[in-house]
Amino acid sequence: MERELEAAEEFAPPGRRRRPGGRRWEGRMRTVRSSLLPPLGTEDPAAGGPKGEKLLMRGCTQHLADNRLKTTKYTLLSFLPKNLFEQFHRLANVYFVFIALLNFVPAVNAFQPGLALAPVLFILAVTAIKDLWEDYSRHRSDHEINHLGCLVFSREEKKYVTRYWKEIRVGDFVRLHCNEIIPADVLLLSSSDPDGLCHIETANLDGETNLKRRQVVRGFSELVSEFNPLTFTSVIECEKPNNDLSRFRGCIIHSNGEKAGLHKENLLLRGCTIRNTEAVAGIVIYAGHETKALLNNSGPRYKRSQLERQMNCDVLWCVLLLVCMSLFSAVGHGLWVRRYQEKEALFDVPEADGSSLSPATAAVYSFLTMIIVLQVLIPISLYVSIEIVKVCQVYFINQDIELYDEETDSQLQCRALNITEDLGQIQYIFSDKTGTLTENKMVFRRCTVSGIEYSHDANAQRLARYQEAEEEEEEVMPKVGTVSQHGSTGSHQNIRVTHKNQSIKCHRRTGSLAEAKRVSMLSKHTAFSSPMEKDITPDPKLLEKVSECDRCLAFARHQEHPLAHLSPELSDVFDFFIALTICNTVVVTSPDQPRQKVRVRFELKSPVKTIEDFLRRFTPSRLASGCSSIGNLTANKSSHKSGSSFLPSLSPDNMILRLEEKLGQGAPAIASNGYSSQAAQAEGWTPQCTPEKCPRKEAKQQDRELRYEAESPDEAALVYAARAYSCTLVDRLHDQVSVELPHLGRLTFELLHTLGFDSIRKRMSVVIRHPLTDEINVYTKGADSVVMDLLLPCSSDDARGRHQKKIRSKTQNYLNLYAVEGLRTLCIAKRVLSKEEYACWLQSHIEAEASVESREELLFQSAVRLETNLHLLGATGIEDRLQDGVPETIAKLRQAGLQIWVLTGDKQETAINIAYACKLLDHDEEVITLNAESQEACAALLDQCLHYVQSRNSQSTPEYTESNVSVGFSFIPASTSSDSSPSPSLVIDGRSLAYALEKSLEDKFLFLAKQCRSVLCCRSTPLQKSMVVKLVRSKLKAMTLAIGDGANDVSMIQVADVGVGISGQEGMQAVMASDFAVPRFRYLERLLIVHGHWCYSRLANMVLYFFYKNTMFVGLLFWFQFYCGFSASAMIDQWYLIFFNLLFSSLPQLVTGVLDKDIPADMLLREPQLYKSGQNMEEYRPQAFWLNMVDAAFQSLVCFFIPYLAYYDSDVDVFTWGTPVTAIALFTFLLHLGIETKTWTWLNWVACGFSTFLFFSVALIYNTSCATCYPPSNPYWTMQTLLGDPLFYLTCLIAPVAALMPRLFFKALLGSLFPTQLQLGRQLAKKSSNKFHAPKETSAQRQPPGDSATELSEKKTMGPFESLPRDCASQTSQLTQQLACSPEASGEPSAVDTNMPLRENKLLEGLGTQASGPLRPEEAVSVECPGDSRRKPTSTTQPAPLSSLFHLPSIGSLNWISSLSLASGLGSVLQLSRSSLQMDKQDGEFLSSPPQPDQDLHSLQGQATGYF
Amino acid sequence: MTWSVSARGAHQPDNTAFTQQRLPAWQPLLSAGITLPLFFCAGLAFIGLGLGLFYSSNGIKELEYDYTGNPGTGNCSLCATEGQGRSPPPNCSCAWHFSLPELLPGPVYLYYELSNFYQNNRRYGVSRDDAQLSGLASALRHPANECAPYQLSATGLPIAPCGAIANSLFNDSFTLWYQRRPGERYVEVPLDRTAIAWWTDYHVKFRNPPLVNGSLKLAFSGTAPPPNWHRPVYELSPDPNNTGFINQDFVVWMRTAALPTFRKLYARIRQGNYSAGLPRGAYFVNITYNYPVRAFGGHKLIIFSNISWMGGKNPFLGIAYLVVGSLCILMGFVMLVVYIRYQDQDDDDNDDE
Repeated sequence: MERELEAAEEFAPPGRRRRPGGRRWEGRMRTVRSSLLPPLGTEDPAAGGPKGEKLLMRGCTQHLADNRLKTTKYTLLSFLPKNLFEQFHRLANVYFVFIALLNFVPAVNAFQPGLALAPVLFILAVTAIKDLWEDYSRHRSDHEINHLGCLVFSREEKKYVTRYWKEIRVGDFVRLHCNEIIPADVLLLSSSDPDGLCHIETANLDGETNLKRRQVVRGFSELVSEFNPLTFTSVIECEKPNNDLSRFRGCIIHSNGEKAGLHKENLLLRGCTIRNTEAVAGIVIYAGHETKALLNNSGPRYKRSQLERQMNCDVLWCVLLLVCMSLFSAVGHGLWVRRYQEKEALFDVPEADGSSLSPATAAVYSFLTMIIVLQVLIPISLYVSIEIVKVCQVYFINQDIELYDEETDSQLQCRALNITEDLGQIQYIFSDKTGTLTENKMVFRRCTVSGIEYSHDANAQRLARYQEAEEEEEEVMPKVGTVSQHGSTGSHQNIRVTHKNQSIKCHRRTGSLAEAKRVSMLSKHTAFSSPMEKDITPDPKLLEKVSECDRCLAFARHQEHPLAHLSPELSDVFDFFIALTICNTVVVTSPDQPRQKVRVRFELKSPVKTIEDFLRRFTPSRLASGCSSIGNLTANKSSHKSGSSFLPSLSPDNMILRLEEKLGQGAPAIASNGYSSQAAQAEGWTPQCTPEKCPRKEAKQQDRELRYEAESPDEAALVYAARAYSCTLVDRLHDQVSVELPHLGRLTFELLHTLGFDSIRKRMSVVIRHPLTDEINVYTKGADSVVMDLLLPCSSDDARGRHQKKIRSKTQNYLNLYAVEGLRTLCIAKRVLSKEEYACWLQSHIEAEASVESREELLFQSAVRLETNLHLLGATGIEDRLQDGVPETIAKLRQAGLQIWVLTGDKQETAINIAYACKLLDHDEEVITLNAESQEACAALLDQCLHYVQSRNSQSTPEYTESNVSVGFSFIPASTSSDSSPSPSLVIDGRSLAYALEKSLEDKFLFLAKQCRSVLCCRSTPLQKSMVVKLVRSKLKAMTLAIGDGANDVSMIQVADVGVGISGQEGMQAVMASDFAVPRFRYLERLLIVHGHWCYSRLANMVLYFFYKNTMFVGLLFWFQFYCGFSASAMIDQWYLIFFNLLFSSLPQLVTGVLDKDIPADMLLREPQLYKSGQNMEEYRPQAFWLNMVDAAFQSLVCFFIPYLAYYDSDVDVFTWGTPVTAIALFTFLLHLGIETKTWTWLNWVACGFSTFLFFSVALIYNTSCATCYPPSNPYWTMQTLLGDPLFYLTCLIAPVAALMPRLFFKALLGSLFPTQLQLGRQLAKKSSNKFHAPKETSAQRQPPGDSATELSEKKTMGPFESLPRDCASQTSQLTQQLACSPEASGEPSAVDTNMPLRENKLLEGLGTQASGPLRPEEAVSVECPGDSRRKPTSTTQPAPLSSLFHLPSIGSLNWISSLSLASGLGSVLQLSRSSLQMDKQDGEFLSSPPQPDQDLHSLQGQATGYF
Repeated sequence: MTWSVSARGAHQPDNTAFTQQRLPAWQPLLSAGITLPLFFCAGLAFIGLGLGLFYSSNGIKELEYDYTGNPGTGNCSLCATEGQGRSPPPNCSCAWHFSLPELLPGPVYLYYELSNFYQNNRRYGVSRDDAQLSGLASALRHPANECAPYQLSATGLPIAPCGAIANSLFNDSFTLWYQRRPGERYVEVPLDRTAIAWWTDYHVKFRNPPLVNGSLKLAFSGTAPPPNWHRPVYELSPDPNNTGFINQDFVVWMRTAALPTFRKLYARIRQGNYSAGLPRGAYFVNITYNYPVRAFGGHKLIIFSNISWMGGKNPFLGIAYLVVGSLCILMGFVMLVVYIRYQDQDDDDNDDE
């Protein structure tokens, strides 16, 4: 106790000291102390001001939430008021209650007050019951979770006891075992792992299945004995609870005043599972609702759909109509009263006091009563019905078996319940590329090392085979044996990696998809490991080189500089593979048992974390003293001793001083001494460690397959690739990485730092100590654009530098080539650090790590400082295969009139090629490339492109104008316009996009983008993605859909009208943010084209029907006012009036709204252009609404006046007359619905029958039940009388028929004469289903008469044949505008000179090799603007360095690459515009000055001939 | 809890016709082809019905006479001018003379008709107390508030029957006299004033309060008649089964009319010699003129009518059926034209395919 007291007091000064500075922190910081400590206040009552302050803070701690989970909204008591309060947030409810309450005012009441309340109460009750039920189920799950058990340290019993989760408080110590779920956000203080590590699985949180590593808080990891909570006296300061999963900042202040930073690596988040670690202990930082997991749980989302917005607008129209009707009535009543009040009319009822009512008062009363009577116009059941329909729609979408993905056993999830109909109105799709269009299964394809390319042809063949086998699928099961044989013979040079799982090998050979599925199911919990990715056939040449290195090194490793014996190339190869293997964060596990740590300890326990560490490790004193693997602790202690006694309270200044001192003496020592080979061996070599140990390990490895758990699939792919070259990653601890090589055996690298990947740096690095050379190496892996800029500048003077330069330019060429092939490229580079450099860097890095406030930023800067002057090793090309059916889906979606934009972070070339592969870009269409280096250049380019596009459009005016008018009564005009001449596509890179999104340019950009068929934004950041979506959404007022799979798509998904997440490889973040989650991109087709269309059409029709129904019903009442002195009396009994909407007429429309299919699914998929009806809002547009209202008015007139005239001059009484009117209305509604219903299932019939039955039975029962109960109406026996009256039947027959005749007539007439696309589609569907057995005809009917699709297909087949002659013809008329854009002019670095020609050649070669593919004329109108001189060759785009061709608009399908590199900025743009003007004028008839470069012609011709 | 979502069993949806939206369905296409027969059939049926209705309505004979008494319209104008306002001289009577050239087939109904009389206006229509009329003793003493201002008399007594509807009870009365041959004495034709109200109204809905000492008068003691009434409710008729609240005239009147022009049944002629109808000859109706309607521009008519299976004379429905039927036929022809043209086109298309 005393010690604690001491500690507390000791803590006080620093606390006090940091107060002033910390004041502004107070708002966002919280302090956590051990809950085992007695409350501070009792401990030192005599404490002064600061103590009081702390007391306050302590008090705060007490008030912190406990770990009880309470997601329920209500308690038993608060349910009613709270729920009602919430329900009244909906304006409609307030309105209905207001009207119901109005009935309680005697002067204006229309109905029995109680009765008037009934529907409102009914609606409220239904909602309340639903809420109650939901709340109850939440309560139950809360209860379950709250009563989970967990070991908590008890103060009384001085040991861990089991408590419920809900009893855990902030400051408690918890102990967790393997596979336990973490109950709260816990700061990791101790782990059974000797390294102070702990692994957690965050699948519950973000869906990522790979294990994440967590670390014990620094300072606790060194503890020798087991952690004892009683001795924990430190205070933790950390952020206020927030929902940022990827960030946690704070510091722990030890009792001795020492401070240590805390970061997210120390935090175990609630909901995660402990894996691979026996036991951990920690202190609870955030509990209950303050945990990050719960703060992230925002629950379902509510969005308003566009249709609903439109509907709300129309509801307002209805309100207006209601007010108008009521006003009209009021005025009428006023006049009526005035007319009769003086005349002693017998029917005039004076006021209670005998005076006659003044007309004005009467009018006011009448107005209010009218509002009550006509309230039906705003249907109380509308919202409820819509909600019901949407829930059913969601159910059906969820249940659709075609949207079920067998492979992942997942179906489509609708996460937002109320925007289903938006799916039918989408105009723009914004798609991510990686993981969305592609599988995100990375397959290593090619690599280049030190300028030499290894094409991995066998690997390519293998992939091709794999694909073929996949296509053959299950039906070849009997042939499996033969296939496997073929596979083994075919891949004779397929050198297998030593430890390969037999089952996987065999399955790979058979290539059976079913097998693959099974395996992928089995290994589902491992991230990114499909057999295709694992097995890589190495390139023989490279393999040879690798093994040569290996042998060489194995031979030379005992010599002083083993690497020096290698040629530079071989050493690059070696480094390349080492980098591939270790420059990542891949965790190695074995599939079955939890990860076994290789318990070979080295003297270092953790990466360099402190200056002392560094000193300890790198001072020659330590080296001289030698080291033993067990001497860690003693060394530590001795260094403490030998250093200085003031070390514990070392101030930074001191440390640096000391560091320099040490370095000063150290440097010469290194130079003279270096490492003894002995030491090196002791540190770095393990295989020869102990003879008895190794065979066992070998044996163990035979039967266990190593499994790599990577954070991104690229990493895994690279590690697997390295493994194929026998460079196997066998183990990764936080401080060491072990790599196994056949000859060298196991190499263990001491891992000093890992600078993780981030999207800004676009690279990651590891800092290691090389076991062979004992040098400190930095291996960097990153996007080529970034890494190429960071290379060590090499002088062109010496041979070595020239060689380097050559290698670089070669590598760059290969990189471009890879990009052309659509591969993802990564550059691998290396840097050797001297001790001094490292020390320097380390110092700042440690500062950065320790800083609390701007830690991220400082770390970033620190990383940037390290990653410079790199030495390029090589580059890799990884293929990310397209998902199944992506091109088809895109084609369909495009046919459906959707504009597809791809927003990707990938580089331009890769993106373009993927775009070609998935048919987003078409080969016979132009591509406008926008790469601008400055704002002005971007503006100018935009203008230029706009001009170009417009001039293009003006030439194809007829289609263009037509497309505007394509309302679409037939197929012909609507579809030709979009298909006849493809509009260009736009490619824009991230930088230009940033300029284009500026306020001043966004309109132009948008206008241009609108003209383009598809838009490709490369290198875009998540923020840009969301900005683009926002721009399109707000400026074009278009419906947008964003689809993506990763965390970088979240912002875009949230901004779009409809967000779709792909529940794929990259965790659940996108899914969590999305409204719909699909397993694969291809399901989007069905989701939009079928379900979207259905949902929209159903709901639109239902909403229209609702409006019609209510208007028509209210119309009846309104017309009656003309015959009752506008006195707001109703001929329809109050019961019918109130329940008509709710009961009698609601079911059929619900059934239709849920089940009606205007066009069958297969037809919709076959004719995607039918989707356009939803985009154009054809079903529910303002004129449809008003037309509907007019029809409703007409129908109500008919339905009113037919009974009126039929009963005119008869002795009929009000309600005996009103009941037939009601019945007529009901029949009219049903028949109207019948006209509108396109699909009659038995449910429709039942619903209609039920409605009729319900009405009559309710009427009969009601009219029998009580003779005097329902004043003022006296309906007794009315229905019964009516049923015996032939006139009733006669009017009920004629009125609905007469009312609906015009509608039916016009509908039929339109359907025959001017059928809409939808109707045509329906006809076709019917025909094809009728003639189902005549396959010949059905195939013919696939294209409707005059349908564009026929034309299109014709054109497509004709295309190639036609293009040849045109080809030749246009060669003569071709025109190339080569503007001088020499490197000199743009002031580019001299390196460009050498690079350019090389790259060109390579490119052409690349093009030539692709002759097997379809004809690929690069019809890119590539407009380049190297605005500033900083431009590097690395960022020049693919066709641009070539003479990019300017496309001639008049030469329809033929395309030329036109080189149009602009000198700089504006000036060149002017030149360009002049030239393009010329071209327009001359119409491509004159020959331009510089002829086409020969290669181009050759390559083109070669391709053309190759094509035939 | 969000994080427990991930682990569930097989997610494969059920493959049923309902969940996959593949229920067998009839999918009519609204086009000329399908509506063509519909229009023709409906048209023919309607024309047939219409003709039937038209003729049966035409077979109904009606005699009506406006006895409002507007100047120059007969001898009722005297009565009309004599007393404006609510209390006309009780003994003014006028007559309507008419002669039937042939038998008016029975059963003949005698109606009175009021026009421009808004029985359906809201304040009037609600001004009644059904509980009181059903003979509930408590309601008799305490009429409902809706009856105001005819709830309590000036002296504070509850009005029975209360309300504006009862207060405005139609109180003209008619007698019919028949003269077989000119010069003969007029014989009074018996008017059957029973069963003119709905059976349920008379037997169920309207009940007199329980008799006190066997006397209806005592049962109504302590109540006041409506202000416009000259006699209390229990003296409406000498017949004990037709007095008080169950007076048939009263019951008929209390069933408020739907439209401002309405007729109400006054009597049926079916007794004795007149069961076959009114024979040819001369008649006159003696009208006791009480009810003031000229003040608000209303009209009073007296009507003799026989009825057919479909009710009273109303040619409208027949005409409506005929019109709608012929419209259907017309539309049918238009459809036919469209269909023929469209069909040709369709065939061509098929040929092309």
